[in-house]
Amino acid sequence: MATKAKQASGLHMTKEMYKQQAAKYQIKRNVVLNTWRAFWVGGTICLFGQFLQNIYINVFHFTPKTAGNPTVATLIFLSALLTGLGVYDKIGQYAGAGSAVPVTGFANSIASAAIEHRSEGYVLGVGGNMFKLAGSVIVFGVVAAFVAGLIKTIFRLL
Amino acid sequence: MSTMVAAPKSRVSRQTWQFTEDVRVQASATVVGPKEGKGPLASLFDKIYPDIYAGQKSWEKAERKLLEDAIQIALKKANLKEDQIDLLLAGDLLNQNITANFTAELLSIPTLGMYGACSTSMLTLANAAALVNSGFAERAIAACSSHNATAERQYRYPTEYGGQKPPSSQWTVTGAGAAVVGIGGNGPRLTYATIGKVVDMGMKDPLDMGSAMAPAAVSTMIAHFQDTGRQPQDYDLIVTGDLAGIGYPIAKEMLEKEGFNMDKVYNDCGLMVYSPEQEVFAGASGCASSAVVTYSYIMNQLQRGAMKRVLVCATGALLSPISYQQGEAIPCIAHAVAFEGGA
Repeated sequence: MATKAKQASGLHMTKEMYKQQAAKYQIKRNVVLNTWRAFWVGGTICLFGQFLQNIYINVFHFTPKTAGNPTVATLIFLSALLTGLGVYDKIGQYAGAGSAVPVTGFANSIASAAIEHRSEGYVLGVGGNMFKLAGSVIVFGVVAAFVAGLIKTIFRLL
Repeated sequence: MSTMVAAPKSRVSRQTWQFTEDVRVQASATVVGPKEGKGPLASLFDKIYPDIYAGQKSWEKAERKLLEDAIQIALKKANLKEDQIDLLLAGDLLNQNITANFTAELLSIPTLGMYGACSTSMLTLANAAALVNSGFAERAIAACSSHNATAERQYRYPTEYGGQKPPSSQWTVTGAGAAVVGIGGNGPRLTYATIGKVVDMGMKDPLDMGSAMAPAAVSTMIAHFQDTGRQPQDYDLIVTGDLAGIGYPIAKEMLEKEGFNMDKVYNDCGLMVYSPEQEVFAGASGCASSAVVTYSYIMNQLQRGAMKRVLVCATGALLSPISYQQGEAIPCIAHAVAFEGGA
């Protein structure tokens, strides 16, 4: 039995060769179908958001500017509710980015982590973990906003 | 090199052990969750819990309950009490092996906790057989467990997180299996064990563990065939632990390229636990994947005489959330145990 030190035990191939061989068996994802699903679910969420905003403007007499906050709050509430009922992850598996990109996806990432870590108590569990997934979005969102604000200020001064 | 090897008959090679005594699985038991209880092997499981909490307050407690039940049922089937067992060899997927260790406290059997990721089923069984064969234990229990929700939370995301999973990902089996190993009786015999080497072929995707683990399985199976002089066709069934829809065809092709005819004898436990319409992506994974198939279906087939010889090659991906976040590839291992029909 030939045993070359470099070869993984009994396998007559390099890592590169293996990667090529393994790639053959990957299940191809239907990009068109996935994009369509993301489009219609994401679009529907946004349409629903617009519907809410119109209600806040026309029924509750908010201005188009101030109607944003209650609209987002309502979407967040519904997303957290669907997360708690165990529905949002199923929507997410179907819609991909369609349900991840809108504010509802952000709410889901926080609510799901909070629920998950309830077993470790309110302080170390819920409090310590609820931003586990959303934390990096907040950090890089703030950094990006700071940079954008800085650029805008410099251009104004020029 | 020392020539004073203690038991030269048992050591076949650096990797393969032969069990020279009449080492047998005297009883085995499997306990599963609701999804597994709807799969094709449902009628062979000893206990099916209707929800993944198994009547407990947390998923971690639920997993312990599954493991404890499996061990207790196996003991009952063997008509033995805890104090008649010398050793418990157990493991699971959770950090610090908490399922195995917390369960061992309840049973008060001397314990060796073991970790081999999803290869733990055969890791514990091979060691139990070796310790019984060599006389260090009269009877030992090999057991392991996994739980879908505890594994998801530790290795991936919160269970209710709406991230989309790729078709190569796998569904961790909620379940536990236990086997009482001893000398004599009429259960299936344990004849050989082949201990795997850690193999890393540079695969990095933690949501495609089948591709990562296939080479480890192939490496161990080749070693087993070479060391024992057996061919795949000498077995009625050869199963890998949890290579599933992607890893299974890769392993099969690799073995065939190496000149082993796997026709009609080769299957994968990851493809046997669930039926295709159960939406489990590429298939099952977890320590319990190989454990619940081996300790129910395979033991049953051997006991009934429907199969004479079976090889179980349990596969484990030895990654941690930290190792893959640091960009490391996934090292994998596989351990194989050969069974022979009763009487």
